[in-house]
Amino acid sequence: MSDVQSSALTDAPPVLDVDIRVQRGDAFTLHAKFTTDGGLTALFGRSGAGKTSIIDCLAGLIKPDHGHIRINGESLFDSSHGIHKAPEKRRVGYVFQDARLFPHLRVRANLIYGMRLLAESQRRHTLDEVADMLGIEKLLDRHPAALSGGETQRVAIGRALLASPNLLLMDEPLASLDNDRKAEIMPFIERLRDQSGVPIVFVSHALEEVVRLADDMVVLADGQTIAVGDVEDIMSRLDLRPHTGRFEAGAVIHVWVAGHDPLHMLTELGFGAGSIWVPKLEFDRGTPLRLRIRARDVSLALQRPTQSATLNTFEGNIVDIEHVAPDVSPHVDVLVNIGAPVIARITRRALEQLGLKSGMKVFVSVKTSAIDRHSLGLGRRRAG
Amino acid sequence: MSPLEIEALLLSVQVALTAIGVSLPLAIFVAWLLARKTFPGKSVLDGIVHLPLILPPVVVGYVLLVTLGRNGTIGRWLFETFDITLAFTWKGAAVAAAVMAFPLMVRAIRLSLEAVDVGLEDAARTLGASPVRVFATVTLPLASPGVLSGAVLGFARALGEFGATITFVSNIPGETRTLPIALYTLTQIPGGEDGAFRLVLISIGVAFAALLVSEIMARRLKVRLGT
Repeated sequence: MSDVQSSALTDAPPVLDVDIRVQRGDAFTLHAKFTTDGGLTALFGRSGAGKTSIIDCLAGLIKPDHGHIRINGESLFDSSHGIHKAPEKRRVGYVFQDARLFPHLRVRANLIYGMRLLAESQRRHTLDEVADMLGIEKLLDRHPAALSGGETQRVAIGRALLASPNLLLMDEPLASLDNDRKAEIMPFIERLRDQSGVPIVFVSHALEEVVRLADDMVVLADGQTIAVGDVEDIMSRLDLRPHTGRFEAGAVIHVWVAGHDPLHMLTELGFGAGSIWVPKLEFDRGTPLRLRIRARDVSLALQRPTQSATLNTFEGNIVDIEHVAPDVSPHVDVLVNIGAPVIARITRRALEQLGLKSGMKVFVSVKTSAIDRHSLGLGRRRAG
Repeated sequence: MSPLEIEALLLSVQVALTAIGVSLPLAIFVAWLLARKTFPGKSVLDGIVHLPLILPPVVVGYVLLVTLGRNGTIGRWLFETFDITLAFTWKGAAVAAAVMAFPLMVRAIRLSLEAVDVGLEDAARTLGASPVRVFATVTLPLASPGVLSGAVLGFARALGEFGATITFVSNIPGETRTLPIALYTLTQIPGGEDGAFRLVLISIGVAFAALLVSEIMARRLKVRLGT
């Protein structure tokens, strides 16, 4: 760990440095520009935004026209120096949306396919370790055709991980699964993120996944990089609303389990400036979590509500008010700082009647029942 | 079976197995080129590979005789450098059989290679496998049922080769007189009908045996491929 810290002090290159242009047909140019410092980075955008093309470039399956791709300062692609490493020389793992397990090999042979090609000294994980982490020990002697969708994806993740990649790409690994299977896989990806130490680039068009899993996010639209940053920062930016979507939109804050109230089946989550009560959670005290509070579950008032049924009322200041053309929506989103950023969705009429302006003091209420397991991810505070 | 019949049968099997054994790797390579690569002259290569299927076998045999015979350019070079003589030998018969069977093998193998998902090959590359290793560990195993059926088809074609063989290597007992040529010879002799009929039965038996073997192998492959 001391290595990591000292390299951070000596201005080490970013873990991943991407700046590429790809011509896709006459009209569509893809331009991706972002850096990450490890952890899980989500490439977020609608279908057709160019997400998969970008990670195909990272893996070496597509050759960009211009730019560079560097991992820890080492160039995988650099058009100005004529560098374009073959996929097999990149040590970039890829979990495909359709898994792509080798149908003629059993699960065990699939898992060790890449590992066997590495010198023993370069292997970072053992088969047992990865099989245990992904819960696939019992599947080793099966053929891929005999696996369920969720099992298939876990084996695909294990196969990529056992090749000891310096970067792991995941292309919507949850997209082909139903909600139950998604819920089955999510914890494994969280463990992968927190335990493997491999930087991950995760492609998704589902905000719920991004908010739950990602540390950083890159917002893409029509092949262009719109924004890059912490998930919390990006989600609290009202100007990105056209790209992050309205319905599921909301702020993301880091919290920890502060205590339980078993009598009322409630759990208290602490954050920088206070605490919020939610329906009972099965986590130990002190567990860090990330909490998404959807804008449509938050309301505003100028006075502290006295006779309200909401447990969660906070005092804060308005930071920003969304600009919405009158014919687009009856609602506007308001960003309020309560020690953490929270977004409230109110009607434009309410905005005018209350005369809300940036900097004003307001009271924010969050509906307790709005927070369920879909709003929570296992959080992790990155060192530094 | 009479000693002559056994001789013709063994010679036929030897010629056909040699023809397929030697030309199969080349057929796989050409099929892979045609299935996966784009290069200038691809349609020309495709045409040349298919020529023996379209040309009269006698023409193929004559072209082989002119080029690979003792006085042909390639034939002379083979003789002077490696001391190999093809014309009027069983090796020549194997060459004629291989050339005639080649397009059938390439067609079957190409189809099965084209059916292998390129995505699986990409996945293998990202796991660190070189293109050659990807071919050996992913593409070829998945295409193996097609390779098998190409080889069986080719073997059957080689076993039945007549026109190109008799033109190129003639009709020499014990050297180039394969089953079909022996059968033809008997039909030219008065009173040879009985012998000819026996050879017909033997030919049918060999064909059935080849089919049976390929069926068993295909089943084993299916189990191994998990499909």
